[in-house]
Parts: sequence; structure tokens; C-alpha cells
Amino acid sequence: MEPGGRPGAEVIKLKGWFAAHRYLILRRISQLAILGLFLAGPLLGVWIVKGNIASSLTLGVLPLTDPLVLLQVFASGHVPEQAALIGAAIVLVFYLLVGGRVYCSWVCPVNIVTDAAEWLRRRLGIKGGANFSSKTRYWLLGAILIVSAVAGSIAWELVNPVSMVYRGLVFGMGLAWGIVAAVFLLDLFVGRRAWCGHLCPVGAFYGLLGEGAVLRVAAVKREQCDDCMDCFAICPEHQVIKPALKGADKGIGTVITSGHCTNCGRCIDVCARDVFAFTTRFSNKSSQVVSGINQKSEVSS
Amino acid sequence: MAKDAHNPSGIDPSRRRFLTGTLRTAVGVGLVALTLGVYQRQARALPATAIRPPGVGDEKEFQAACIRCGLCVRDCPYDTLRLAQLGDAVALGTPYFEARDVPCEMCDHIPCVKACPTGALDPALADINKARMGLAVVVDQEACIAFQGLRCEVCFNVCPVRGSAITLAYQHNDRSGKHALFIPVVHSKDCTGCGKCEKACILEEAAIKVFPIALAKGMLGRHYRLGWEQKAEAGKALVTPDLPHEYNLPEGVRYEHAGKGLIMGDGRPVRPRPSAPEPPLPPFSSNPLDTLNRKGGL
Repeated sequence: MEPGGRPGAEVIKLKGWFAAHRYLILRRISQLAILGLFLAGPLLGVWIVKGNIASSLTLGVLPLTDPLVLLQVFASGHVPEQAALIGAAIVLVFYLLVGGRVYCSWVCPVNIVTDAAEWLRRRLGIKGGANFSSKTRYWLLGAILIVSAVAGSIAWELVNPVSMVYRGLVFGMGLAWGIVAAVFLLDLFVGRRAWCGHLCPVGAFYGLLGEGAVLRVAAVKREQCDDCMDCFAICPEHQVIKPALKGADKGIGTVITSGHCTNCGRCIDVCARDVFAFTTRFSNKSSQVVSGINQKSEVSS
Repeated sequence: MAKDAHNPSGIDPSRRRFLTGTLRTAVGVGLVALTLGVYQRQARALPATAIRPPGVGDEKEFQAACIRCGLCVRDCPYDTLRLAQLGDAVALGTPYFEARDVPCEMCDHIPCVKACPTGALDPALADINKARMGLAVVVDQEACIAFQGLRCEVCFNVCPVRGSAITLAYQHNDRSGKHALFIPVVHSKDCTGCGKCEKACILEEAAIKVFPIALAKGMLGRHYRLGWEQKAEAGKALVTPDLPHEYNLPEGVRYEHAGKGLIMGDGRPVRPRPSAPEPPLPPFSSNPLDTLNRKGGL
């Protein structure tokens, strides 16, 4: 990336705008299509999906339940009925396959808000801000479960912006637009990726799920990297890239193994050298570690 | 850890950074958790006009189980239920209705309860007449026109449990002196809290309202026992033998509780019927009761 340039400028020149935004467009389609399925009922009277992101029923047969919401139910001391348990199990299996934080980048509507804030932050050249640990989200995740357990009632869902926005869009927003604005301003002025990357306990939960997930992004052609930093600039969790991209010397495989990677695919989009690609966790075997060592020996020779 | 001039505490700087950083995060999150806990406590205070769907008991337990998905709202055929939005006084995202807007139509198959995936609406509720969403209360006797002696009985007539959840008590109309008041009386034994009475009340502001049961119900002291109920249950007096009340009456005279009053030995009521003209009495009769019963006193 040229100084002051925009990440992906090179690849846009090379391949055109659409190719450089392929996964971004797919993600927006995914996010809006899922929202559209929920809205088709109340707006058009086409009842494919009922409910909202916390729990839904598709075509009258398929129950889906957010496992974190159900965890809060358990923490509050209630044992849910079978429908919710089955629904949560299906969702758990799905995200264990495709990556926990796929929820964040392909489903969650707040992602559109925080991506917009990040885009504007970059365009306006806003730097720095509050310095809170990205581990705060784990603390918050623990705290919301403890508060539910102590209070004996679900606490987080009273303020959770993620479920609030989704429920609001499907059932009526009330003052929830204020919360959307708050998250936007937080990410714009208080800190880069402050909400999704540091605070959101929903993302923290799905990140934990993602630790064991199958679908992964890998720096499969990391030897082609020209250190342009576009992927770091665009990545919402940029700490996840370095081990896979620059770990050849240390014998680290090419697959991004962190649960924080949201599988958003933006690194694939913005890389002009085609370093990144979707793969599975099983392609991170020692063969690539060996090849990494080979590369090292090539470099040193 | 070696002590040096720049680090008198002897703590390794990176360790120090880690500890202060962790402490900062812990304190920050702790404050958020505390605020959240306080907010959750306040969110349990249900406004008096907000009625929960069928199958909800304790508000705290309901808020432990409800995941705010709105499936009950979607399966309500009358659009009675809605989810609380940010800014409403009801806990965010939870289902409720306001009877004066849209009351519960008490569907036989209770679709809202069937839709609930977590059991926040108790799946054990199979008979909608057993639902206790709230309790109707005649809150304003000054406004209710039945208390003014006017015929209304709309609440009585719209009640889905007609004749048992709301009954009419007939009382004397003191104003006219010759009419009856038809007073609506709610019985908690049968009232489901559906709110159709509140919806139908003809007044500008309903005189009969449905409140959450916790607000509407009083309770007898736990140690209180109603003697007559205990007696009926046991089939006899529980403390001392139930002796008939003894009147200190002259011989051959007894007292009849059903309204006849004093009865002479021959079955003739002592007080003559109003239709029978009273024979003039001698000033001093041989029967002392004649003196007692004499009109105009002694």
C-alpha cells in the first residue's frame, strides 16, 4: 500500500473494482439475504422464516437458536425445552464447520455498521483512540454469564446491540437506532474496531467456537507476499494474519488458526499477489511446515 | 527479580504492565457488570398495564427463560402480543400485551405457548381457562356506571368465562330506594386475565382493568384459618364442641333463625303477621312476651 493510499488500490487497478470486493459483496448479500428472509414475513407476508436471530423457525420445521442466548438461559437457571436445544445444536455444528465468527462477518447486521465506521475512519484519517485490550470481550462474556447467574434472569439481552438491532429490524426498532449510532460513533472515534474487535461478547463467544472450526483462510502463497500491508490494513482482526503470513521462518503453517479470524475474505480481496485463499484446517499439516523450513533454507542459501 | 534504581518495587516491567492492564480491564468490566445487574433488577418491574402471554408465572423466572425471539408474537392470530422495544417500560424484547389495546382472545390451542422454544411460556398449560395472565379488578367504583344504578354489565357479558370469572351481585339502590345495583364482581378462581372486560368497558377510561396478578391480589396472613371452612372440612367443630346457642327463653318458647323469630310452643309465631289486625291487649297480660312484643314499646 502506498503511503496514505487505500488498501486494495493496487488490486482494483489490476483486476477491477468488483474482483477487489468479491467477498465484501458476497458478505453483504449474505447479511441482507438473511435479514430479508426474516423481513419477508412481516413485510410481504411470505413466511419462510419466523422469529429473529435469537431463535427462529424455518418453514415450520427447522429450529435455529443462538447458542450464546441459550447459554444465558442456562446461566439464569432455566432448562430450556427441546426445540431450543436442537436449534442451538444445529447452529453450533454449522459454525464449527464454517468458522465461529462467520456469524460476525456474514450474518451480523452490526458488522455493516462497524465496517462503515472503519471505512469512514480510514477515509477521514482518524487514528488512535482508547486503548483497551482486545481480551476485554472475554471478560465481558464471563461477566454477562455471571450477572445472569447472580440475578437469576437474562441480563445481557437487555442491552445486547446485536440482538437488539436484529429484533428491531424485524419487530420494531423503538429507540434502538440510538444504539446503532452509538456503536458507529464508538468505532469511528473511540477506537479502531472497538466494538467488534474488542468489546462484543457475542463475537468473543463465536471466536471461541471458531478455534476449532474447519473452514479457514490461509496464506497459501505467502512466498509471493510483497509486504504491501493491504491485508493488515483491511483485516478487522489483523493480529491473526502475521503468524500464518510471516511464520515460515518459525515453521508455522500457512493456515490462519486463530478463532478471531472472521473468514470475511477481505484479505483475499485486497491482495494483489493472490497470497490468500479459503482452505480447511486440515491443510495446515506438517508438510507445509516443512516447506516453510525449506523456504527458510532457500532464503539463507 | 533483581531490584534496581529504576524499578524499586522489583517487579518485572512487563509483568507490571500485564498486571495493571488486567486490573484495568477487570475493574472496567466489573463496573459494566454491576450496572447491568442493577438494570436487570429494575427491568423486572412490570408496568401495571403490561400483561404477559399465557403460561407465564413468576416474572424473574420468565426473564430467565425468554430469549426474546418473538415466535409467540408471530403465532398469535390476533396480533395481541408484541415485543418490548427499547424505550418501553417492559424488559427489552419480551412479549406482552395491553388489554385496553388488544386483549387476549384465549385460543383453545394456545398457539403462543406452542411456539415458545424455551418453555418461557409453560408448555404444561393445556387448558387456556387455566391461564393466569393477570387479574381483572374493578378499580374505579365511582366511575363504573353499575355502581350508579345504571344497567351496563358489558364486562360481565363479554367475559369468556361468563358467569364465573365475573358475576353480578345485586345490591339495594339507596339513591332511588326501589331499584337494584348490578355490581360486577371478579373471582380470581376463574379469571384468566385475558382483558376482554377492560377492552369492552364502555367508559372513556376503563373502570375494570387487568393487572399482573402480583399487583392485583391480596393475601390472607399465612397463619390465618377461616373457621367455617376448617369446620366444613373436618365435619365438626375443631376446638370445642359446637353447642347450640342457648336463649334464656320462657318455657315453651323457642327461637327460629330462618326469620320467624320467637315461636311459641304451639308453632304460632309470637309476632303476628302484619295482615292480621292486632287485637287490643290488656295493659298487663299474663304472658310477659305480650308486653315485650307490644308496639310502641313499654
